Amino acid sequence: MKFEKKDILGIKDLSVDEINLILETAESFLEISTRKIKKVPTLRGKTIINLFYEASTRTRTSFEIAGKRLSADTINISASTSSVVKGETLIDTARNLEAMNPDVIVIRHSAAGAPHLLASLVKQSIINAGDGAHEHPTQALLDIMTIKEHKGKISGLKVAIIGDIEHSRVARSNIYGLSKMGAQVVLAGPATMLPRYIEQMGVKVYTKMEDAITNADVVMMLRIQLERQKQSLFPSLREYSQHYCLNRNNIKLARKDVIVMHPGPINRGVEISPDIADDPSCSVILDQVNKGVAVRMALLYLLTGGGE
Amino acid sequence: MAENKNTKTVMDKDGIERCLTRIAYEILEKNKGMENIVLVGIRTGGVYLAERLQKKISDIERDKIPLGILDITLYRDDISVSTKKPRLGETKINFSLDDKIVILVDDVLFTGRTIRAAMDALIDFGRPKMIQLAVLIDRGHRELPIRADFVGKNLPSSLWEAVRVDLVEKDGMDEVVIEEGT
Repeated sequence: MKFEKKDILGIKDLSVDEINLILETAESFLEISTRKIKKVPTLRGKTIINLFYEASTRTRTSFEIAGKRLSADTINISASTSSVVKGETLIDTARNLEAMNPDVIVIRHSAAGAPHLLASLVKQSIINAGDGAHEHPTQALLDIMTIKEHKGKISGLKVAIIGDIEHSRVARSNIYGLSKMGAQVVLAGPATMLPRYIEQMGVKVYTKMEDAITNADVVMMLRIQLERQKQSLFPSLREYSQHYCLNRNNIKLARKDVIVMHPGPINRGVEISPDIADDPSCSVILDQVNKGVAVRMALLYLLTGGGE
Repeated sequence: MAENKNTKTVMDKDGIERCLTRIAYEILEKNKGMENIVLVGIRTGGVYLAERLQKKISDIERDKIPLGILDITLYRDDISVSTKKPRLGETKINFSLDDKIVILVDDVLFTGRTIRAAMDALIDFGRPKMIQLAVLIDRGHRELPIRADFVGKNLPSSLWEAVRVDLVEKDGMDEVVIEEGT
């Protein structure tokens, strides 16, 4: 099949066939990162702009490495060192970048819908690298790829997503993606961090973590996003971790071959205990990062015309 | 593959087998044995031919030589001009190419552009002592200064014809056919 999309704005807009094509393409790209010379000439002469209005280590580095391994020129713009501090609007910034003829613009923004606005304004391909609490499609794709590698399939698996669902774009993209691929997604978190009507996305919701992780094949822990919390949603970090920290004890409720995921950065001892995060027999956290580069290479390749 | 009036079979199963047997002996003769030889098949037809050559060479020499798989898509020279890129296949070369004699294997040698891409890819994997090219069919019409070291059959063809190599592994039968007007 051909990949017809101009932009990657969210998992919600992707079909199962499109997700499968992206994952298959990413599989082929995994090998390049294991070579001594980690570069292929495929996107020579293409320009990719990483426009990051929010802090990022993993995603921005991952996109930059993905572009460079395909021989594209990658340029990073972070809001704090750009004309944004002089008061330039997103629309003006986008039009100016468009005038310099890049091929792909990767954007992360604190406002939900910012990538969609950009996509409607400029002719370049837009990749959403996280917009507010809305979607983070490349994270969900790399999560699905990681699960698929460890479990051999997605369909029929029970995936528990635990923590601050309300503020989590990772959760939203994963709910869309995993449900489409046939997994059963269950959520748990404090009632103050569970959005209203979230069950309408076809998920089961619990307030007790133990209920959600029982018999789970995959447990995905979310970071407590202290930067997004103006009001206090739980009494203290210590109390939160007493109820919602994945540790040696409660992980026994999950299936024996459970894998533990986390989109990073992890708050050790808050949502995940260090011995679980660092346990190679269940933690696939660094594997997720590894897959991230391949998924982003696949998207850059497909958006610039690949995949027939 | 279904036979229709515009196709002509130019080589059958036995013909292909005999060509490959001869090429296997020629590879060993030219390189004075199998020392330092590795095979790399170009996706997809070349991979099956390389597997067959590997078996023939190990039958003769009673030892196995390494076999790698190369997908040249990412090295194509038309990738930035064509709007739709082909689907990627996996590259699998699990051994060092440094100081090895690499026998590159493909089904049809035509413009030479695939081989150019394959050589660029191989050099990204290391520094082979030598690269040699084995093809089942050489149909002419080169656009680059490239020639094969081992040829199953020279098949002069016109640009309006297509040469198709069917192999049991992927098409259910072994044959080489010329199709007209494609």
